[in-house]
Amino acid sequence: MKYLEEFRDPELARGLLEDIRAAVTRPWALMEVCGGQTHTIIRHGIDQLLPEGVELIHGPGCPVCVTPLEVIDKALEIAGRPGVIFCSFGDMLRVPGSDRDLFRVRGEGGDVRVVYSPLDALRIARENPDREVVFFGIGFETTAPPNAMTVHQARKQGIRNFSMLVSHVRVPPAIEAIMTSPDCRVQGFLAAGHVCSVMGVEEYPELAARHRVPIVVTGFEPLDILEGIRRTVRQLERGEHTVENAYERAVRPEGNPAARAMLEDVFEVTDRAWRGIGVIPGSGWRLSERYRAYDAEHRFEVSGITTRESALCRSGEVLQGLIKPHECEAFGTTCTPRNPLGATMVSTEGACAAYYLYRRLGTPAALEVTPVG
Amino acid sequence: MPLRDHPRVVMGHGGGGLMSAELVENIFAPAFGGSTLADSAALTLGGARLAFSTDSFVVRPLFFPGGCIGDLAVNGTVNDLAMSGARAAYLSCGVILEEGVEMSVVGRVAQAMGAAARAAGVAVVTGDTKVVEAGHGDGIYLNTAGIGLIPAGVDLRPQRAVPGDVVIVSGEIGLHGVAIMSVREGLEFGVEIVSDCAPLGGLVDAMLAVTPDLHVLRDPTRGGLAAALNEIAAAAGVGVAVRERAVPVPPEVANACAILGLDPMYVANEGKLVAFVPREHADAVLAAMRAHPLGARAAVIGECVAEHPGMVVARTALGGTRVVDLPLGEQLPRIC
Repeated sequence: MKYLEEFRDPELARGLLEDIRAAVTRPWALMEVCGGQTHTIIRHGIDQLLPEGVELIHGPGCPVCVTPLEVIDKALEIAGRPGVIFCSFGDMLRVPGSDRDLFRVRGEGGDVRVVYSPLDALRIARENPDREVVFFGIGFETTAPPNAMTVHQARKQGIRNFSMLVSHVRVPPAIEAIMTSPDCRVQGFLAAGHVCSVMGVEEYPELAARHRVPIVVTGFEPLDILEGIRRTVRQLERGEHTVENAYERAVRPEGNPAARAMLEDVFEVTDRAWRGIGVIPGSGWRLSERYRAYDAEHRFEVSGITTRESALCRSGEVLQGLIKPHECEAFGTTCTPRNPLGATMVSTEGACAAYYLYRRLGTPAALEVTPVG
Repeated sequence: MPLRDHPRVVMGHGGGGLMSAELVENIFAPAFGGSTLADSAALTLGGARLAFSTDSFVVRPLFFPGGCIGDLAVNGTVNDLAMSGARAAYLSCGVILEEGVEMSVVGRVAQAMGAAARAAGVAVVTGDTKVVEAGHGDGIYLNTAGIGLIPAGVDLRPQRAVPGDVVIVSGEIGLHGVAIMSVREGLEFGVEIVSDCAPLGGLVDAMLAVTPDLHVLRDPTRGGLAAALNEIAAAAGVGVAVRERAVPVPPEVANACAILGLDPMYVANEGKLVAFVPREHADAVLAAMRAHPLGARAAVIGECVAEHPGMVVARTALGGTRVVDLPLGEQLPRIC
């Protein structure tokens, strides 16, 4: 793998920061859509280095954070049943449901396994024909294609003891929901590069034009973020609102046709609840009629779940960019990664966790490191 | 809440982070009479100063690039003793075998233990073997305990870190954790990543030969460099300031971590140490480390400061800052 050091080069970063400083004549509020971008921004201290007028608002794009509590509770219920092997990506195991998490279910005897690919779950199903194997299919347009392909494979191979608990979400309807919110302050978007590498950019020009907001497709390394900010600010200063691709090494305008075809075959668009935000029309995918037999919600009776969300947690406002994590009264006191009230404090991509991990200190000036050695 | 009240043990309790520390603090230490239960205890017995340590090994898979559970078990305890400044003299070996494990596997692990003990100059002098039913273990679990003599004038404890100390790491970090992950999960990163598993007694001897006045040594195993630095910062009530660009991370580890969404600072090492050295000795100690094969890539990564006591803070390559926290439990790869 290449392209790591090249996109973290401090000299190039300095140049981009100077460009941004030179371009800014008044305050601008930009939203990075994806939690991976938030993580990079906070992890590398990019927000500390930007000119004062440029504010980064953290968007809803953390797949772990936005999975609805009801779905988490359904996962916990299914995972605790005898005869079930419940497979999930690792960072879902810590997400709190109403009263426990998947780690706790495993500690209580549930067979919960961390996998790195949904195909691993399918292999486990093949190897355990007398057990029911369930994969927790969450995430945005990035994780949806391999999950769709896995269900497709299960059907093709006639594997009947495999099913998927699906809670996939789509980015463009979320951008629409944010822009139509009466409290919206967002003036420009850094769109999530990996989402666009699958879906292309064709959904964005109409959004950009209608809401008069620049959308710049941006990658995940520090220089990608700075270049995205530079282009967005330049558009704002010129009064432009178009779609630009600043992640050309990964994103083609049409996206990935094979992945899109797989999505269309296996999933259908549905309304979807986002944790902390509520239902956004057309913002999710579920298994289409042809694949309904592989839907864990149909296979297991998990209706009638009553959820209990923390009354203190303001993660919904964080996810909509209405407040910064540290503006929540519970932040860092009653709510920490050790004791998270909401999913934004659990996931490493969550804005609250990023702030807690990297930003619990005063001003950076107080932290000057004296050269040694 | 899910992570606070644990009626049952979860994996995070063994991750070497905050949850492990709380388990010891809340359950074991009070039951044992309030002792601090350090990785390696310095004891006085019959006029001699002894270091005493024990460690258990439950690694899966048993064999990995660069080693196996056998040499890991020997080097782990040898290194815990070395962090007290002691050369390991004698080891014990407790073996728990799972019914059905192939005898050739037991033989290979035993051979590896013997070879590692000889390389570290330590004798395995007592042991015990138990067998558990099939399905009740991962093939082989090992426990090693060891003792060694602490030389006169040497006093290495986390509490001795003081502002002004120079923080040195003995080489590239993250190799062991990524090597294990690559074979455990069948992940391929384009190049084979080999564990750094090695005995550190000789390197510590070389450092102590420069000055017995080293303040702290620590092997950053579970929880990685981040956990080791945090434990020292907390124990001494000092701050640690790290220059992120100075921390040696091999490109293959950086790439693997980037793919998995992990931070190399939190990845386990089995043949590295971090040292807090008085500033006046730092250059000489660094030179001695670099002259030793296991310290050839030693680097100054930061310093001990009076600001932000109990916290580790990194200056990022771009010039920002971030807190490097104690890991909670296990590191979990990100979903995307």
